[in-house]
Amino acid sequence: MLETEVKVTPEIAAEHGLTPEEYARILRILGREPNLTELGIFSVMWSEHCSYKSSKVHLKRLPTCGTRVLQGPGENAGVVDIGDGWCAVFKIESHNHPSFVEPFQGAATGVGGILRDIFTMGARPIAVLDSLRFGPITDGAGAKHEDVLRNRRIMDGVVRGIAFYGNCFGVPTVGGEVQFEPCYSANPLVNALALGIAKKDELFFARARGEGNPVIYVGSKTGRDGIHGASLLASAEFTEESQQKRPNVQVGDPFLEKLLLEACLEAMRTGAVVAIQDMGAAGLTCSTCEMASRGSTGIEIDLARVPQRETGMTPYEIMLSESQERMLLVAERGREQEVFGVFRKWDLDAVEIGRVTGDGMLRVLDRGSVVAEIPAHPLAEEGPVYERPLSPPARREAGSAVERLITFAPVATDLTPNFLKLLAAPAIASKRWVIEQYDHMVRTNTLVAPAAGDAAVVRVKETKRALALSTDGNSRWCQLDPRAGAMHAVAEAARNVACSGARPIAATNCLNFGSPEKPEVMWQFSQAVDGIAEACRALDTPITGGNVSFYNETLGRSIYPTPVIGVLGILEDASRALGMGFRSAGDTVILLEGRAPWTAQELIAREFSSSEYARTLHGITSGSPPAVDLGAEKHLVDCLVALADAGLLCSAHDLSDGGLAVALAECCFASDGLGVEASLDGSEPAEAAMFGESGARAIISATPAALAAVLALASQYSLTAHTIGHITRGDFRIQYNGSLVLAAACGSLRAPWAGSLESVLASADGTGKE
Amino acid sequence: MKFGVVVFPGSNCDDDTHHALGAVLGQPVEFIWHQSEQVQGFDAIILPGGFAFGDYLRTGAIARFSPVMRAVTRFARGGGLVLGICNGFQILLEAGLLPGAVLRNQGLRFICRQVYIRVENNDTPFTCAARVGQVLKVPIAHSDGNYFCDAATLADLERNRQVIFRYTTPEGKATAESNPNGALANIAGISNREGNIVGLMPHPERASEAPLGSADGLVIFRSMVHCLTRQLGIPA
Repeated sequence: MLETEVKVTPEIAAEHGLTPEEYARILRILGREPNLTELGIFSVMWSEHCSYKSSKVHLKRLPTCGTRVLQGPGENAGVVDIGDGWCAVFKIESHNHPSFVEPFQGAATGVGGILRDIFTMGARPIAVLDSLRFGPITDGAGAKHEDVLRNRRIMDGVVRGIAFYGNCFGVPTVGGEVQFEPCYSANPLVNALALGIAKKDELFFARARGEGNPVIYVGSKTGRDGIHGASLLASAEFTEESQQKRPNVQVGDPFLEKLLLEACLEAMRTGAVVAIQDMGAAGLTCSTCEMASRGSTGIEIDLARVPQRETGMTPYEIMLSESQERMLLVAERGREQEVFGVFRKWDLDAVEIGRVTGDGMLRVLDRGSVVAEIPAHPLAEEGPVYERPLSPPARREAGSAVERLITFAPVATDLTPNFLKLLAAPAIASKRWVIEQYDHMVRTNTLVAPAAGDAAVVRVKETKRALALSTDGNSRWCQLDPRAGAMHAVAEAARNVACSGARPIAATNCLNFGSPEKPEVMWQFSQAVDGIAEACRALDTPITGGNVSFYNETLGRSIYPTPVIGVLGILEDASRALGMGFRSAGDTVILLEGRAPWTAQELIAREFSSSEYARTLHGITSGSPPAVDLGAEKHLVDCLVALADAGLLCSAHDLSDGGLAVALAECCFASDGLGVEASLDGSEPAEAAMFGESGARAIISATPAALAAVLALASQYSLTAHTIGHITRGDFRIQYNGSLVLAAACGSLRAPWAGSLESVLASADGTGKE
Repeated sequence: MKFGVVVFPGSNCDDDTHHALGAVLGQPVEFIWHQSEQVQGFDAIILPGGFAFGDYLRTGAIARFSPVMRAVTRFARGGGLVLGICNGFQILLEAGLLPGAVLRNQGLRFICRQVYIRVENNDTPFTCAARVGQVLKVPIAHSDGNYFCDAATLADLERNRQVIFRYTTPEGKATAESNPNGALANIAGISNREGNIVGLMPHPERASEAPLGSADGLVIFRSMVHCLTRQLGIPA
């Protein structure tokens, strides 16, 4: 082989992104110099993406245990007990860089990857959520028009890609969020969360056991797609033929993945499968060494037997290919025909490519001769771990542009014109354009559809229960204060889940940050982890898995720190699931509040300056996120769950982006043409009262008959319940301290909200009219 | 009485259809693998939604060659009840069991949402339990549902009352706005001349339980049950 003839030098190691210390560590582990294939294997396993070398020391601080947690971080996905012998399997993962290079395929394969993580554990995927971040898609605020057009194309491609994959595969895309900030212009974020269910005693793990058991490759053939060519091979001249700079983005085939799903689940039911792992990042390399390492065994494979879709692939390429829709499984010796039979039925390749050994080595052969031989455990588990330097960013100078705080409008100003602008802002506007491109109903479990409630709710047909999911993350707040911002992300996701009537039971996180080599970024990361840890402890939602995505940078500028939190909740009685839409005219509208608002005007201004309103209406992002009160959040969550459980509510919706006014409008928009008449008093300026975003609050509605019971429960949970008004037939009127500050027909509020995204995105792909 | 739900490798509404017939309506129902050469013992066959073979080429273009389709064709020619839902409808069109074709949606995007369809003819085994003019709230989920046929075929369809469902407003008016995909004459579903084969783009199995947003789709399955009960002489 050409590659094994190349002598590896420290320079070639450096081109593979390995530091001199890392290279020395490789020499120690092997007791000799690696050949090129081995170097490639080490470089990818010890990449930031696979090894978590910069994040590991921090992630240890996250709470990962709980009474319901059956599997925390470290497997393909987290697992929690949902009762009656069933469990929920879920995880969130990023696919950011590929989605910038090729939005459609990047996003599609992001969905494909997370789905495989779920069914590789024996669970059938029942829901997907996508948390997306793009650059601005509307002109203004200094955005260049060509950037705006590109951002629209990226968003269009990403949404189509997610739809293409999920719709064909047959999993409903039931929720997520879309946010916009200039920092994502050249670095969009695509975080996909998948949820599956499995019988507790039918879970599968990626632990290769049983010396002599066959190692079987199933699914798509291996090609050159997705090899870390550009970053790893860089400008190496040593393998002329493999130097064609193929696009590094993988290409997705959701139909094949669907076959793989059905075939894997059916093969698992035969009882002949010992272990299974999908081939995602680092493909064959990662799946072989991790299965061996976790099983305390070795694995030997012969690359000549690997199904290939191209000729002349080198061992280096085969080991590093990230071709999609592939799985590696270990079967029980003597029962392989049962496994082959299932895959034949589904017209899939299934080939024995090696066996489990007892010597702890990952041994790679090519037509019988050894091309790589590495101890599996050190490769998979003993990679470098860094405690990178941290330093808080330089203090913002008081009075600088960044610190410009909002000036409030005079008392009794009609805020309706500003409200209309806010409702049309892409961050607040209806996401119908996105939602309707996703099949959110397949599998007939979707009880609360996207935008119909705070969290997506899917029933578990095999039980009386339902599961609720929400993803959240406010990166503007994380930029201003990563710790508080991260706590808010957890609190909001939990609040959303509780608004749907479900008790939050576990969480998953996707941590999107800039370069870990920058001390400021590592400081943000460390702060965010602390915030998540504290909030997850307070809200009883242990982290069961997730993913870290570093190096989200463009031209040296990092994205805002963007921790995205997915919280899973459980409804003991699926029929108690709640939406946000008002139900009937005449019902009472109540504002639940866990914490009294500030009275100090300066604090109010500081917090309000980080709101969506401040950004949209005044171009201001400064001050600080609202203070977090985790105790109040916990009370609110518990109260909402109790209220739903008692069947006392008609609707529930938390207060977040755009505050009280936007929340009330959304309750109206999600209803059948209803409006609201409300009146409240306070010491804050009207804008802060209407549009402020402080946490631990929710808008609920109940029939007048249920009101007394609702108020009693609220006080039991130490919450203030303000009865602020009632539901009407179409008008939206809010009085504050006696003056009418917001007044319009719901229809006229709805129009800018409903049409905003569609008007800029309908022709984003250049196909013309929608 | 026994319903059969055909499973192509990429069918993804097979379980949902099975659930609506079995768990919701309590009817005997079994899956039929697409490699199956015969469909004996079944009284009605449903081709469910999904992406039978990925549909990267043209929806249903490969599925029509599955062995089961020869059996389904024989069954249908013999008067058996065949219902095609979404991808199933597309396959029936490709197989020539129903006239016309579907094009890409007018907006060139996948659309998943609740729509309203009006029952145009209740003199079929699939609508006999509904009223003519009854409006059903049933969701769609497709990229290719824009029904098309030539003028002569359309005239035939209309004359023979083969247009079974039309997209309308909730009030039952067939307007351009109520047509989600650009389908010719707002056509959401049609039958063959004899009336024993029906295909429609909307998903009645997704509208079979109120908590999912609508139970209006059940009337289609219930009609089939009524009709078969009469045919098979089962006491009601």
